[in-house]
Amino acid sequence: MLDLVLQALATLFDPENFTYLVLGVLLGLIIGVFPGLGGIAGLSLLLPFLYGMDEVSALATLIGLVAVIPTSATFTSVLMGIPGSSSSQATVLDGFPLAKQGQASRALAAAFTSSLFGGLFGAVILTFFVQIARPVILIFGSAELCMLAIFGLSMVGSLSGKSVVKGILACGFGLLVGSIGAAPATGEFRMTFGVDYLYDGIPLVIIALSIFAFPEISELFRKESAIAEGTDLGKRGWLLGIKDFYKNKWVALRCAGIGTIVGAIPGMGGSVVDWIAYAHVVQTSKDKSRFGKGDIRGVIAPESANNAKEGGALMPTLIFGIPGSGSMAVFLGGMVLIGIEAGPSMVTKDIELTYTIIWSLAIANVLGAGLSLGLAHPISKLTKIKFSYLAPFMIMVISFAAFQATKSMSDLWLLLIFGLIGIFMKRFGWSRPAFLIGFVLATQAESYLNMAVQFYGWDMFKRPGVLIIGALTLVSIYYSRRGAVDENAELMQKISAKEINRTPQFIFALVVITFMLFAFGDSIRQSFLGGIFPLTISIISLPLALWLLYLLWGQKKVHAAIFDAEQSVDEGVFKAPWFEPVLWIAGLYVLSVIIGFIPAIMVFFVCFFTLKAKSGLIKTAALTAGGVGLLLLFGHFLNLQFPQGFIHFPI
Amino acid sequence: MSKGQVRQISLLLFLFLGAYIFISFLNRDDTVFEEADGSLRETHIDDNYFAGKTIEWIIPFKEGGGGDTWARFNAPFFQKHIPGNPAIIISNIPGGGSIKGANLFAERVRPNGLLILGTSGTTQMPYLLDDPRVRYDYRHYKPIMAYPTGGVVYVSPDIVSEDLRNFKVTTVEEQLEKAVRVIRELTENGVQLKYGSQGPTSLDIVTMYSFDLLGLDVRAVFGFRGRGAGRLAFERGEVKIDYQTSTAYLKNSVPLVESSEAIPLFSFGALDENGNLIRDESFNNSAVGVFDGEIARVNVPHFGEVYQRLGHQLEGIEWDTWFAFMSAGFGGMKLLLTPKETPDKIIALFHQGIKKMKDDPEYRKNKSKALGEYPQLIGEGANNIFTLATQVGETEKEFMKNWLRKTYDLNI
Repeated sequence: MLDLVLQALATLFDPENFTYLVLGVLLGLIIGVFPGLGGIAGLSLLLPFLYGMDEVSALATLIGLVAVIPTSATFTSVLMGIPGSSSSQATVLDGFPLAKQGQASRALAAAFTSSLFGGLFGAVILTFFVQIARPVILIFGSAELCMLAIFGLSMVGSLSGKSVVKGILACGFGLLVGSIGAAPATGEFRMTFGVDYLYDGIPLVIIALSIFAFPEISELFRKESAIAEGTDLGKRGWLLGIKDFYKNKWVALRCAGIGTIVGAIPGMGGSVVDWIAYAHVVQTSKDKSRFGKGDIRGVIAPESANNAKEGGALMPTLIFGIPGSGSMAVFLGGMVLIGIEAGPSMVTKDIELTYTIIWSLAIANVLGAGLSLGLAHPISKLTKIKFSYLAPFMIMVISFAAFQATKSMSDLWLLLIFGLIGIFMKRFGWSRPAFLIGFVLATQAESYLNMAVQFYGWDMFKRPGVLIIGALTLVSIYYSRRGAVDENAELMQKISAKEINRTPQFIFALVVITFMLFAFGDSIRQSFLGGIFPLTISIISLPLALWLLYLLWGQKKVHAAIFDAEQSVDEGVFKAPWFEPVLWIAGLYVLSVIIGFIPAIMVFFVCFFTLKAKSGLIKTAALTAGGVGLLLLFGHFLNLQFPQGFIHFPI
Repeated sequence: MSKGQVRQISLLLFLFLGAYIFISFLNRDDTVFEEADGSLRETHIDDNYFAGKTIEWIIPFKEGGGGDTWARFNAPFFQKHIPGNPAIIISNIPGGGSIKGANLFAERVRPNGLLILGTSGTTQMPYLLDDPRVRYDYRHYKPIMAYPTGGVVYVSPDIVSEDLRNFKVTTVEEQLEKAVRVIRELTENGVQLKYGSQGPTSLDIVTMYSFDLLGLDVRAVFGFRGRGAGRLAFERGEVKIDYQTSTAYLKNSVPLVESSEAIPLFSFGALDENGNLIRDESFNNSAVGVFDGEIARVNVPHFGEVYQRLGHQLEGIEWDTWFAFMSAGFGGMKLLLTPKETPDKIIALFHQGIKKMKDDPEYRKNKSKALGEYPQLIGEGANNIFTLATQVGETEKEFMKNWLRKTYDLNI
């Protein structure tokens, strides 16, 4: 085996092959920086060049591209609070608070070192296990996958904030939003209001952007300061981050292990792996007080897991020809096009190709993390820019990212609607991670539960895998309540002194309950198999929701469930009313409907810089030209068409 | 808002929007002359028609799937060989089992060859069953290219008796005999099988209807995302019967046959140029089992043969319905469509490119690995397949709807 492994390495270091690998890595880094763009966009760029390349070069390019996307996606997650890819959502929780405290370079350095470690770890595991992994992967049947989904849901316990009621409700809300669209078991359409767009449910990227990025952007907008408020760590932060990693190397090792395992299980998908790693580090840490407010471990955990995931995900991809994650689906498609067939032969007669893939993965991770580390310090200076200059670009970026989901105007409207929900969830202390976990796991939990019941019935609880994961779930629940992550803890202490107006949060709770009632009504109209899942969720959630209403209305004392960030923040922090950023963004979208997205963004930039940033003629012109130019450039290379308006410009 | 700000905004907007509109005006496409009814004036179409133009190819499926791979494999060759070298863009618009993307095509398309749609058996099914969500109508389109495929149904040896498992096969005739005996054994013992399905309105209709005609008691478990997930469940032992389309079968299921983990039952067959059902040559010499340590390789008999051997006639409404839906699902698996009114000259340009593509050594090298052995048909062959795939008689349609209603309690 060893000689084969080394031989593969030698082929890869052939100058031509190596150049292609580097090109793949560079492309992956550039694409990964933009939220919403992932392996798919990269592949469509690469594809025309793949023909005529030899197998090794083509594979190296593909792997180089796929491997570093989670690495560079970290930039926006940490610096701007915009989840850069579906597997770096959890990084936002602690990474962005660190950036706000002026420690962006530290967080980035720790993140990239963790990515490097995770990526290499995944490659090592892949090397040793790829030939014997088949029976292990086959152990994970629908019953085990169903149990894993429940295990994932148990993570909500650690991430739900001080109020358990609200945490569970947020998760239930997420599960119900996640079950919009075709029912996995029957294909019936649930809660679609007859809208085509909702047939396949709401895209994850839109939910992640609106729930996490939108509220942060609108808050910064109102504060009118730079992202970084604390004193900058400067170059020191860079070293500090690497030291942080070294101090927490065991955390990184455990999380890389989690990442590889979750990645290797086909059907789990990459979007939960960061949450599981994050919840794991919270549960196993003694001092949990800083989580959610800027704990470096909250960055190290998800980042070591999400790069390790790719190594794990390659196992089912190569052995069964079944993608272990979204980017692997694309990789598999690319392989088919260059005439390589994934399948059992990849671990027998084509094993040297497999080793080439593994080495490419390892080297790509080293290159990707190295380059990103080099850029961490200069790029982290973005957080020092006055936000009114950054805001239009960030709004452009999230709109562009959301628009990648299905390339229709509805993407933007949904971003706005759920952005509003995100703003209120943040304001009233509803756990946003709990909502997101519910949303991500809704389809998996439902379809695997349905399959497990039909395949095994009660016998599913006789399977050792199910029992082990079940036990893990109980352990996780036990540990989760001992100190939960809460981004609002500090505000919470202040609030106890003064009485607040509870009407706003009461109204928001009513809105959520109305949706739950609607979900209940909709699910009883479906057939048994089609409706049972949302029905059960709404039946569990509704009494809790009523209890919350009672607390908000009748409870005299201070209670963890009663919270309104808006009313406990010191006066003068926010310089604009909460709806102002929403109106700006809504204005942009309304204008897009009329004249198309590109001209609308021109108008938006010009107005915003002139009115909000109060910049002069030349500066406004330059910034607008730069922003629009960037957008058109990307649109050109990725063959994207932007939303057209009623007034049609044939560009 | 001060006066200065208003002035600045007005000035900049004038400049930016002005520049934008000016550039749009320069870029406008004035080589396509459309009549008021949307048809093109043929006189303006020459070999340079596609020069500098972009063809958008809608694939109503996700990136990475079968339909997507088909389009992405062909696109670079189209770009290279169609006269004028138009840029080809693949637009993936998945949703509602391909209904969303096909609906969008129906809304946006003009008969100018610049927007084309690649459909699949999954797109044909809801159309044939009059799904109310379908707003595309195959009667308004014609095929540029058609690509048939097939598939094989196989079972796990666990559910077959020892004797039958060891039933040695050296000819197709013996393989047919074996398949029939396996089916008889399963029906006589009243064995209920489970099958991992994508849903009752997907291409799986053909498979599940086939099981029913053979008298097999198969319960479909829905919610599988793609055939790959179904095969994985088969490998895990959760389901005992499975089918894969040709390429996937040869690539991933034949190795299971070679390690005695699967026994092939029947293929869906292929259509000859007269539209008759024949054995699918893709499976010539594919493994059918291991006997005395040696792998036996013969073709897999098609459904019709098995059905006939079980004592049924290849006629009557039940058979006609099977044949109609098999043709739509497999025979016309992939269709590349454009509106009926598209000038023949434009179609000829496409065909010129496709003919050249087939001679391209790069194409010859990778085509069968990427797409399978079936030829990508144009002209008469494509038209025949198109007709078979999209025109199902009213009686067959009603029969299938009733069958679905009865079997899955579905109201379609």
